[in-house]
Amino acid sequence: MNHMPAIIVLAPLLGAFFSGLAAWIQKPLSYYIALVSTAVSSVAAVGVLKQVLTAGTWQYRMAGWAPPIGIELRVDLLNAMVLVLISAIAFMNLVASVRSVDQEIPDRSPSFYVMYQLFVVGLLGVTATGDLFNLYVLIEITSLTSYTMIALGDIDRAHLAALNYIFIGVIGASFYLLGVGYLYITTGSLNMADVAVILKGIHGSTAVLTAFVLCILGVWIKMALFPLHVWLPNAYSFAPVGFARVVAPLMTKVMVYVMIRLMVTVFGLDYVFNTLHLAEIVVWMGVIAILAGAFMALFQTDLKKMLAYIIVCEIGYMVGGAWLGNTLGMTGAILHILNDALMTFALFLALGNIIYLRKQAAFPNLQGLFAAMPWTMAGLVLAGLSIIGVPPTCGFFSKWYLVLGAFEAGAYHFAAALIISSLVCAVLFFKVFEICFFEPVTDTHDHHGTVPITEAPVSMLVPLGLVSVAIVGAGVYAGTIVNTLILPFLH
Amino acid sequence: MKALGLVIVCLTGGLLLYGTMDLPDWGDPASPASTHLSDYYIEYIMEQTQVPNLVTAVLADYRGYDTMFETAVVFCAGLACFLLLRDFRPRKDRYYRHIPTGVMLHVKNPETRIIPGNEFEHMDREWVPSDMIIKTVCRILIPFIQIYAMYVVAHGDFSPGGGFQGGVIFGSSLILMAISYNLKTLVKRVTEKFLSISAAVGVLIYVGLGVLAMVMGGHFLDYGMLAPLVPWDPGHIRALGMLGVEIGVGIAVMAVMVIIYVNIVSEGRHDEGL
Amino acid sequence: MSELLALIVAKYNFWLYIILMMIGLYAMIAKNNLMKKLVGMNIFQTAIILFYVSIGYKHGATLPIIQGDPGGHGAHDAVIHAADYINPVPHVLMLTAIVVSVATFGVAMALCVRVYRRYQTLEEDELRIRLSEK
Repeated sequence: MNHMPAIIVLAPLLGAFFSGLAAWIQKPLSYYIALVSTAVSSVAAVGVLKQVLTAGTWQYRMAGWAPPIGIELRVDLLNAMVLVLISAIAFMNLVASVRSVDQEIPDRSPSFYVMYQLFVVGLLGVTATGDLFNLYVLIEITSLTSYTMIALGDIDRAHLAALNYIFIGVIGASFYLLGVGYLYITTGSLNMADVAVILKGIHGSTAVLTAFVLCILGVWIKMALFPLHVWLPNAYSFAPVGFARVVAPLMTKVMVYVMIRLMVTVFGLDYVFNTLHLAEIVVWMGVIAILAGAFMALFQTDLKKMLAYIIVCEIGYMVGGAWLGNTLGMTGAILHILNDALMTFALFLALGNIIYLRKQAAFPNLQGLFAAMPWTMAGLVLAGLSIIGVPPTCGFFSKWYLVLGAFEAGAYHFAAALIISSLVCAVLFFKVFEICFFEPVTDTHDHHGTVPITEAPVSMLVPLGLVSVAIVGAGVYAGTIVNTLILPFLH
Repeated sequence: MKALGLVIVCLTGGLLLYGTMDLPDWGDPASPASTHLSDYYIEYIMEQTQVPNLVTAVLADYRGYDTMFETAVVFCAGLACFLLLRDFRPRKDRYYRHIPTGVMLHVKNPETRIIPGNEFEHMDREWVPSDMIIKTVCRILIPFIQIYAMYVVAHGDFSPGGGFQGGVIFGSSLILMAISYNLKTLVKRVTEKFLSISAAVGVLIYVGLGVLAMVMGGHFLDYGMLAPLVPWDPGHIRALGMLGVEIGVGIAVMAVMVIIYVNIVSEGRHDEGL
Repeated sequence: MSELLALIVAKYNFWLYIILMMIGLYAMIAKNNLMKKLVGMNIFQTAIILFYVSIGYKHGATLPIIQGDPGGHGAHDAVIHAADYINPVPHVLMLTAIVVSVATFGVAMALCVRVYRRYQTLEEDELRIRLSEK
């Protein structure tokens, strides 16, 4: 029997506990165990993706019980893609973070790695599962680990940021749980596919409407859609770098995945767009999120905070795109999950390298970076261009699909917001590049005015290089990805 | 903030109440929730697992995958308290009591060391004289509470109970020891190393049983596949599998309860507290 | 009016729990003290647990523990009627939710201890002033 879908989730879970035990034998062991477990999980994810491409949806019955009775893992093209993305990013970030973890949390690094693996387990589990309640439990694992990890960051403010995140996060999770409760009362089932079949007969019920609104609201809170985003900028910018680099690209994207899964698989696009008349409002919310995120990013004077607001803006793209109500928009949203995870990861990798050497990422600290860290800055420039949407980077193609979808749906305000935010991002990044490139270093010890090259260690540069290649690769092969993964999923 | 809170509460409450209109009446035996899956569970669990307590059977077998992550959540909470609060620096000033006279000493110089023994006794800063009645009663009670906890774990298949409940009871017996004596007594008997290892081992027992089933050729957590390992009682193999994971859960929950308590009351110093 | 009343009487469990939930939610949003917010959070989560448990109830049914020979040998000879036992699933789900809420509460408490140790207060407005002083 082939256990690959289970192994994706179980490898980091087992790895977490063995890391915890190994810490009592020798501290560095826990890091190597984490490395192995995430590598195994990535390999298994790639294997599953291959299998799903040829053989279609893969169902794995936990404890051997058939789906509505037991819990199943259900991997189709969408999950398989997201699973590969999560496990690969988790692995690469571990390679990149070992030095910054040693720098930031020297005394409890083993516990950090245990928590890190549990966080990855949560994300992978959320993506792989085919059960509504199981999804809740795994969302809570990701949240609980991220509350803790965020609190390990900035000594003055991280605790308060984490506490605020707990309060808002609990409200979000509870809304989702309540939504599942309403669904359970009306359908009597918790399996996504089973619920979807039963729901087809009761589209008019007020309870189903309430369930839908609650589930989606809960997920929106967790993904930080604009008016519900208040926790995100503080939480992500005060977190330790080794964790910020994985939570920023993955957490929000996984929640977008959950939203799309709920819309497509559980409630069905027919219900979402034809029975309910919310799509227009939500696209407007997306527009506001895009503009608000972009403009708030303009006022930041710290690279970390600026990137956090860019995430808020990107979420607007995906939510708006998914709610446009046509295939092009949904394709753009799903493609943007992939692309945005890669871009954000590259940006945060570069940011981590800067913080590793300069301790802070406020704009004055960035002076002279092009000379000092040429490779890191090359990665930052590439990721920045991708966020702006310059071809042939991947950011261009998802925006292209989103704009096409907006025109097809007649949502010109959404297309306008996309273009305005691209311009704002261009302003933002060129401002940063200008500081890094042109502004003279104010307090250099070198009297000749040249900055010596002090590049980040190789272990931090290699992942950045790989992700940069992936950004261009995802751009060049965007058509292939859409035709083999996304369109077959949507039909 | 108050106005905002009121608006949000009214909107959410209104939505929730609006949703109840189409819900079935309370206790309606014909509602979907009480018929769709529930009937299957009630009618077939006995046959399939030999466990009369349906809640335990669904918890540890049909939805065992959920419960495994639930145990991981518990582990996570313990680890979080350790990560956030643990402080390895010793306190600068310490308190001692001269036992024959009952005089309290406040030692401010960290260099001065008094070895607690027959003459001196280590004290908490906010010291409450320990009462002989409380100490004696708790001393007698604690072993009984612990046996009861084990009974709750082991008898979870037949009566209300199970790993979480039993683990909490066992953990609270240890917390009772800390309250009736003092935190030092507990920390000396149940060391941090023991607690953190047993928290990880508890979850590993659960995951390990699941992986064992995988190795034996079944799905993850499929206890039925463990039958060749227990040749004397293959009929009850699912019940035994559940007992196994419940024991793992109990160990993990017990350890985590104590970890959370000790870290919170002593602000992570593990020396004194409630 | 009487229809509304009938509606409420038939589903009064949901109404009660929803009111409880809203009390908790209000405290989480509007209270100034972090400890009170935590209490609100607990009320909110507990009300959801009650809400779920009440789903499981069926008129004329008893605890979901199959009665008969406790050894389990004789019990499957007798026919088990689904109508005799309440639905076990919500109970299982809520065991999980209880554990999750306890875990979240523990982490939040630990954070409160840290915040108090750092700033000597748990009032949000005072914390904001302290933070802006830096």
